[in-house]
This record gives sequence, C-alpha cells and structure tokens, in this order.
Amino acid sequence: MSEALQELAAQIEAKQPDAVSASEIALGELTVTIGASDLVGFVEYLKTDRACQFTTLVDITAVDHPEREKRFDVVYHFLSMYRNHRIRVRIKVREETKVASITDLYPCANWFEREVFDMFGILFSGHPDLRRILTDYGFRGHPLRKDFPTTGYTELRYDEEQKRVVYEPVKLVQEYRMFDFMSPWEGAEYILPGDEKEGAK
Amino acid sequence: MDGTKFEDAQTGEQKIRNFNINFGPQHPAAHGVLRLVLELDGEIVERCDPHIGLLHRGTEKLMESRTYLQNLPYLDRLDYVAPMNQEHAWCLAIERLTGTPVPRRGQLIRVLYSEIGRVLSHLLNVTTQAMDVGALTPPLWGFEEREKLMIFYERACGARLHAAYFRPGGVHQDLPEELLDDIEEWCGTFPAVLDDIDELLTENRVFKQRNVDIGVVSEQDVLDWGFSGVMVRGSGLAWDLRRAQPYECYDEFEFKVPVGKNGDCFDRYLCRMAEMRESVKIILQAIEKLRAEPGPVMARGKISPPERTEMKTSMEALIHHFKLYTEGFHVPPGEVYAAVEAPKGEFGVYMVADGTNRPYRAKLRAPGFLHLQAMDHVAGGHQLADVAAIIGTMDVVFGEIDR
Repeated sequence: MSEALQELAAQIEAKQPDAVSASEIALGELTVTIGASDLVGFVEYLKTDRACQFTTLVDITAVDHPEREKRFDVVYHFLSMYRNHRIRVRIKVREETKVASITDLYPCANWFEREVFDMFGILFSGHPDLRRILTDYGFRGHPLRKDFPTTGYTELRYDEEQKRVVYEPVKLVQEYRMFDFMSPWEGAEYILPGDEKEGAK
Repeated sequence: MDGTKFEDAQTGEQKIRNFNINFGPQHPAAHGVLRLVLELDGEIVERCDPHIGLLHRGTEKLMESRTYLQNLPYLDRLDYVAPMNQEHAWCLAIERLTGTPVPRRGQLIRVLYSEIGRVLSHLLNVTTQAMDVGALTPPLWGFEEREKLMIFYERACGARLHAAYFRPGGVHQDLPEELLDDIEEWCGTFPAVLDDIDELLTENRVFKQRNVDIGVVSEQDVLDWGFSGVMVRGSGLAWDLRRAQPYECYDEFEFKVPVGKNGDCFDRYLCRMAEMRESVKIILQAIEKLRAEPGPVMARGKISPPERTEMKTSMEALIHHFKLYTEGFHVPPGEVYAAVEAPKGEFGVYMVADGTNRPYRAKLRAPGFLHLQAMDHVAGGHQLADVAAIIGTMDVVFGEIDR
C-alpha cells in the first residue's frame, strides 16, 4: 500500500513541481501541501490525470492555528473509486486571503465551502452562493475559530411577555468549565504553587 | 421561467408566476428538521434550496474541549439510527494514531454490531420511505424488528440507543453466551419478516409508480456530487468500503455487494433490502467465529482501562484507572482520516491530534450532507410529491448532517 503511495507521490511531484511544496506519507495516507494560488490547476490535474483519477471529493475542512502568520490550513480529501486510493491536499492561507473555489470542478464543493466559510470565515472566490449554512439566520462570528468561545455570545429564549423568542447576551450562572487534567509533570503550561521561586534562580 | 416573459399571454390567468413554498421544518416526510424552499412551476419543482442547520449542536467545537473518551458518546448522537457505526470511525482514527492493535474478538464483536446497525438503519429507511409514498403497514412491521435489535444493543451495553460501546482498543465488555444464541435465533426469523415486507412493497403497483424512474442518479452524478453508500450502488457501481478498503476483519467475511441498475429510487430500495439479507449472513458468520474464538475484547494498555479484578489488588492499575477517566489518554501528534462504510455511506473522521489529551480538531464527514446537497440537482424537474420519495431514499438523518 505504502509503495503504491510513494510511487503516486513521486509522480505527482514530477508532474507538478511548481505547485507541490511538500508531500509526506504518514499512517498510510498521502498528504500533499501546495501553494494556495496553485489550487485549481493542481486539483484539475488530480481529477483528470490517468494515474490519479481523483474523481470524488470526499471532504473540505479547515484547521485554525491562531499563532501562525498563515493562520488556516484548508484541507481537501479526495478519493479515486477507479484507482482505489486517497489523497489529502493542504493549503495554508492567511485570514484575509481568498481561496479559489473548486465548485466548477466538483459541484459538491459548494456546501463544504459554505461550511468552511461559516465556521472559519475563510472566503472563497468564484463561489456561486457563499451563504452561511449550519449556524442560525443572522448569526455573527465564526464558531470553529480557536478564539471563539464555546458558549458563544448570544442565547435565545421564549419571552412570556413579548410572546416571542428573544436573543440576549449569554448569561452564565457559573464560568464555562474547562478542567485542566494535564499532569503537572508533563505538558502543564502553568507554574505549580510554590514553584514560582524556582524560575527566578 | 417566471411567467412574466410571455408576451403572447391572452388573459391575466395565463400570466402566472412561480410559486415558492416551504417544505418543513415540521414536515413528517422531511425525516427530521429540514426546511426546503421549493420554487414550483405548477406542480413541477424548478429550484430546491435546502436550509439545514436547525439541529446544529456544535459537536465539532465541543469536541475540542473534551478528552478523546468523553467525545465518544457525541458520535452516537450523529446518525442516531445506527449509533455504533459512527463510534467505529472514531475508534479507528484513535487506534491508527496511537498504533493500537484490536484483539480478534473485539474486532468480531465490532463487525457483528456494525451489521446490526446497518439492519437497524435500513429497516427504518425502507419502511418510512414506504410510508412517505403511502404505505402504512411496513413501518409497523419494521419497527417491531428494530425493537428486537435495540434490545440486543441494550443487552450488550446497557443502552438502547446511545451505546458508547465501541471504545478505542476494542469494545467495552464481552457479550454473554445467551445473547449470541438469541441473535442467532433472530437471524433465523428475520428473513421471513423481510419476505413479508418484500411482498408488500416490491411488486406493489402504487409503490412502484411512486419510485420507479424517480430521482435517477447517473454515474457522473455520483462522482460530481460525491455520493457514497447505497446512492452509489443503486447506480450500478460496486463500491463498498468494506470490500474496497477493508477495515477491521471485513476481508475474511463472505458477503455480496448488491448493485442496482437504473439508479432510481426503486433500485436504491432494492439495494437496501438485499443489503439487509447480506448483513444477516455476516452476522451469522460473526457469531460462528465468536463461539470458536474466546479471548480478550479490549487491548489492555495506555488507552484502555485496566480490568476490574486487577484494580482490586494493584495500586498501579487503580492509578491508571483514575488518570484515564480524568486526564484521559494522550494521542501522539499527527492527522488521520478514518472512514467506515456506515449504513448511509462513507462516514469519516478527520482528526488532528497535537499530543495532548484532547483533539485539536475533529471533522466529522457525514454522507447525508453530500446526498442532501444534490437535492436541487436530483429533484429538479420532478413533481412536488416526488420530493418526499427522493428525500426518503437519500436516507438523510439530521443528527449527522447538522452535527
């Protein structure tokens, strides 16, 4: 399995040397990182090339790394039913960069791109209908960004006096509980009480 | 065509504008909370715009602040018709990241319960779709069998629906011997029930009129719209992840992959009926293997709890148990996409781990999301009444689409 993947990776790198910036095989999966501007050309190559034939788009999603300058990874998964292999394509983009839409190549990218826009606020250029998809009508913010609180900003309830549903800022009876169970010996990011002086020495 | 361009209209009655209606969110044939905005030209659907997200619970966001084990029950709440199949993908992803081998008996139990899940899902889908197009008896018969299967769920894990039975490293507990006997007995009686439903529907004139040549999906549609599962097989492509990219020990089971020919609603119905019969075969094979091969059901190690008896005598086991259920286990950094052939299609989990006890990002790839997306394409040009039949055979469940 991994030999075939290595062969495929080598072939892709040979055919698209300008686009591919890195490729690796981990856990039996091929991941190719490409430049954001090469996306449409590269995906078209994946779809039409005889050796690749990645004709099915499986998934589009994003991962947020707020500490990085190019904040988002946009991750595409493709599948070839004919060749029976999969590939993961990754591009790194800044918050304000527009990503080219691939809806012309894969119609099913439509909702995936809407979802990524909804959840992360990444804009897609050339998308026919970039609306929010999963969140409420009139929702603000992009919930899957790491700086969006899990509780959100607004809550809604039925108001008996006004006889309708009203939106209000979130009122929490207690703080949202994010327990830190990390062992203080490995990976904890805080200083244990009593250890403050240790660092000063 | 909105009717305003007819310059040759003679009377006011001929200047008819298209009609927009809301289908759902409270419509029984919408199979959950689906709102379709339909633009109708007479009774013909011109445009179909599904509005989803009414059941959005932010599962993926919640997962980022919980440990891997705490996240497991969320998977039950996605496709709540066949909960264990979803858990399976989650466990496979963790096992591949941590490199945990699953013991043989654990694998067999997983196969057994995945297939029970498949029957559960197909029974619900076939019979309620029949109800959408006018048949009232099949759901009554089908739900009786579903009830029996849910009791098998309950006897294995204590819950009828939200099982949390598949765990990273195996399954939670071994099955009692009598349960295997009862499942085997059920496998003997179930084909007769299927025959009854078959007899009610397959040659039924009304059922055929409502399903044959409705919602035809071609091979190109399958590729363009990213279909999976029965939506693919109904169109004649023998694509089944259990065969094509075997996971667990599916490669040693004998079963057929039923395919349709025309890709219409009726072929998808036939595929589901045939798949249930194949699932019964797999269940019987799994039971036979389970009887022959006793052994552990869970890989004992860092990511699974110690045995109860061990905890009574060993301090280390007790500490391990405590740390596992508070801090949880750590998963080495990496990313993985694990897919299973869920009853509705390819259900996948894309997981990004950063070495801590919580997933950095978990994306749940639901098959129904893509199927529903193609609604505008598939239902366009059909009659309003066919929309219900098409939604039915697309097999959408909003737990997994809205997440």
